[in-house]
Amino acid sequence: MHELSVCQGMLQQVSRIAAQHDAGRVERIVVRIGPLSGVEPELLRNAFPLARAGTVAEEAELCIETLPVRVRCDRCGEETDARPNRLLCGACGDYHTRLVSGDELILASVQLVQAQTPARLN
Amino acid sequence: MCDTCGCNVTSGNAHLVEADGKLATTGDGRAAVEVLQGLLSENDHQAAHNREHFDRHGVLAINLMSSPGSGKTALLEATLDALAGRLRVAVIEGDLETENDARRIRAKGVPAIQIATGSACHLDAHMVHLALHELDLDAVDVVFIENVGNLVCPASFDLGHHRNVTLLSVTEGDDKPAKYPVMFRAADLMLLTKTDLLEVLDDFDPHRAEHCLRALASNAPVLEVSARKGRGLDAWLGWLRHEVATHRQRVAARQTLRPAVQPDGVHLHARGEPAGHDHPHVHGHPAHGHG
Repeated sequence: MHELSVCQGMLQQVSRIAAQHDAGRVERIVVRIGPLSGVEPELLRNAFPLARAGTVAEEAELCIETLPVRVRCDRCGEETDARPNRLLCGACGDYHTRLVSGDELILASVQLVQAQTPARLN
Repeated sequence: MCDTCGCNVTSGNAHLVEADGKLATTGDGRAAVEVLQGLLSENDHQAAHNREHFDRHGVLAINLMSSPGSGKTALLEATLDALAGRLRVAVIEGDLETENDARRIRAKGVPAIQIATGSACHLDAHMVHLALHELDLDAVDVVFIENVGNLVCPASFDLGHHRNVTLLSVTEGDDKPAKYPVMFRAADLMLLTKTDLLEVLDDFDPHRAEHCLRALASNAPVLEVSARKGRGLDAWLGWLRHEVATHRQRVAARQTLRPAVQPDGVHLHARGEPAGHDHPHVHGHPAHGHG
């Protein structure tokens, strides 16, 4: 259950970005998560309403994009789908593979709403 | 937060988000900012800072991870006895409560800092940073960080260490690497512990454990030890001495090392970063080699 601390870290980042852009509030936060990141999207979603309370992202929506597990084989060069606990090459079965996708834990973007500017006098 | 080492977490974090990101303000005052940073970049920055501390003092930092009760503290006790002062060691202990493990280490005449995490299920780089301030790193060759016993959460947090050692005791299932892939994929070395019990346990097959590790595309060595009987310690100490020696060479060459798994995906996916958004992780760290 470290999703709450992950969520709090994310909101610190988001708050700083919002402050740097003089944003009044944050409307949406987009994150990308792979199954091998160690973070469960569903738990992150549950932790989010607790962690956002009292922050500039109090009303923000959290969008989680999940990414597939993909490996590239050092032996045969093929890139194939894999499972989190079976990262073997899907083509030749060798275990000398590199993860191409699946361990991401990325804050992709934030949608900010500018702080209220004084109404123009016309 | 930190006034003793010249670092300051706040200013250290200030350049964390040089949010020079694309700012496409629309008519209604909305702006989409592309960030593309690791979700744990707060932690990762502190971790990089910790690693600088270790490297400046030529210290190798090893993160010990396992489920509770797999024998991390017993391994450390046996290691300290076997080293007999040939390497200078300090230990950072992480547990939810009690000073018990730190006391066991101090009884060996070795400095130990206990971090009581309260309800937190893992150590993070900030906790380790605070503990570092209580250690004299000039008097140390190796720092062992005994993480909270947990096969899930600790794997996600870089502490600023150099190597991950994951323990699997033979009283557990030999398929643990298949059940906890995130943890075992992070291992630079897998230690099978309590192997003296293999004589009476017929359901743990060390080969099957290794097979499950290889299925995670891991080349990490697998060693068998029994801290209680002192078996297999030579190979473990040999690994340790080799790591200390190669780390000294790295530090002399102004390089450092991060543990086995750092989500490279962050860098792969960050290629589209806007100009002026140089990834801040590289500052002051000449090389992040894997090897």
